[in-house]
Amino acid sequence: MTDITTLIRAVLAEHGRLSADALALADSDDLHEAGLSSHATVSVMVAIEDALDLEFPDRFLNRRTFASIASLRDAVASLTVDA
Amino acid sequence: MLAFLDLSPAGERLVAMATKIGTEVAAVHAGDVDRQGRFPEESLGAIADARMLSSFVPTELGGDGATMIDIVAACHVLGQYCSSTAMVFAMHQIQVACLVHHGLESETLREHLRLLAAEQRLQASATTEVGTGGDVRSSVCAVATDGERYRLRKNTPVISYGDYAQDILVTARRHADAPPADQVIVVVRRSDAELVPTSDWDALGMRGTCSRGFILTAEGPIGHVLNDPYAEISARTMLPVSHLVWAGLWSGIATDAVRQVRAALRQQARKTAGVPSSASDVAMLHADLELVRSAVAATAQLYERVRMDPAAATTPSMTLRMNALKVSTSLALPRIVTDALRLGGINAYRNDSEQSLGRHLRDLHSAALMVHNERILANSGSLLCVTKDDA
Repeated sequence: MTDITTLIRAVLAEHGRLSADALALADSDDLHEAGLSSHATVSVMVAIEDALDLEFPDRFLNRRTFASIASLRDAVASLTVDA
Repeated sequence: MLAFLDLSPAGERLVAMATKIGTEVAAVHAGDVDRQGRFPEESLGAIADARMLSSFVPTELGGDGATMIDIVAACHVLGQYCSSTAMVFAMHQIQVACLVHHGLESETLREHLRLLAAEQRLQASATTEVGTGGDVRSSVCAVATDGERYRLRKNTPVISYGDYAQDILVTARRHADAPPADQVIVVVRRSDAELVPTSDWDALGMRGTCSRGFILTAEGPIGHVLNDPYAEISARTMLPVSHLVWAGLWSGIATDAVRQVRAALRQQARKTAGVPSSASDVAMLHADLELVRSAVAATAQLYERVRMDPAAATTPSMTLRMNALKVSTSLALPRIVTDALRLGGINAYRNDSEQSLGRHLRDLHSAALMVHNERILANSGSLLCVTKDDA
């Protein structure tokens, strides 16, 4: 799970266009408050899908999934368990 | 009428009042409103007298508890008589929907809705801002708080009917350090605000909406800031409702244009005692319009089913549908009225005839621009990069 967290952080740093430093965020910090826009959300999702070779189902495409690093990690975890 | 929409009892009354005000007031002044580029004060006065500004407010707060289907149907009716009246009514209802969907948990905002219903207060909105490149999902200005008071200053290129509204819903960053997309809505009372105009409104169409630019400076109670993030309000309510009420009134404008072509056909049929050769062209026009009206009605019914469920109302496929309705109708309807103009001939082309379609055409050309189609398609395009559902 640490690897996934590291990956999510790296993706956020590269694609999230955050106003805060993604590498310095706590797992529970609010990504929207850190400047994640809905447009950047799409880039983040595509990058995670590509890196982990998975597809987020539409029910995950909402603000809650992208609320924090922890919620993104939970979403990824539920997909890898399903698979 | 969008005859196959399921109206609530409140909606039946609302549509009946809209029809009466449309024929007796809005239609009478529509030409003058357009020529002078003035606010349609007669019809908005009649709408307030009929208590139609609080139709969507829950009954326990003094409104009628109408559904969004009812509101779309009323917009469709008003659009057939005066586009500017219908647009002001529609934009007001967007703001009311934001307050009803996102404000009922706050006693201060419930009180605001009670006051809105009691005084029939007109609600405007200030979402665009100088310096954001037209992106309403980012703000420059920020809410400053000082104990129980908020302070706000916004340079906004457009506040439609800003000179005539009693309250203005203003977007701003949540606090001075918040990033551009971390926005809230502040309900700014006119009495809490100073508005300095920065531009006039002399446009091709929708001339009665008086959409001037202003520098807005306001100070008021902190309870007038909505709790839900604007991102959620936008996704669940402001965007879908905007697209629905607009598509409702735009298709109303085209309905009136097609009505004139149909009336001319009937007259011609009586004169020639047979089916005129243009009848098939009129039938094609009718078919084109019906496709749009069916889409408006179906999307309104769909939204009404999900609007109280935040998750269901904000799925990517819902957003895609709402965006599709806006883009498709805004492109199809000016074409339909252009076809009606061609079929109506010189009488439709003249500004001084009863069959003139110039105003309809000019008003409808606003549709592709208000929230520019290019921006909406970019949003849909990015959603299509990740969403899979095509049900």
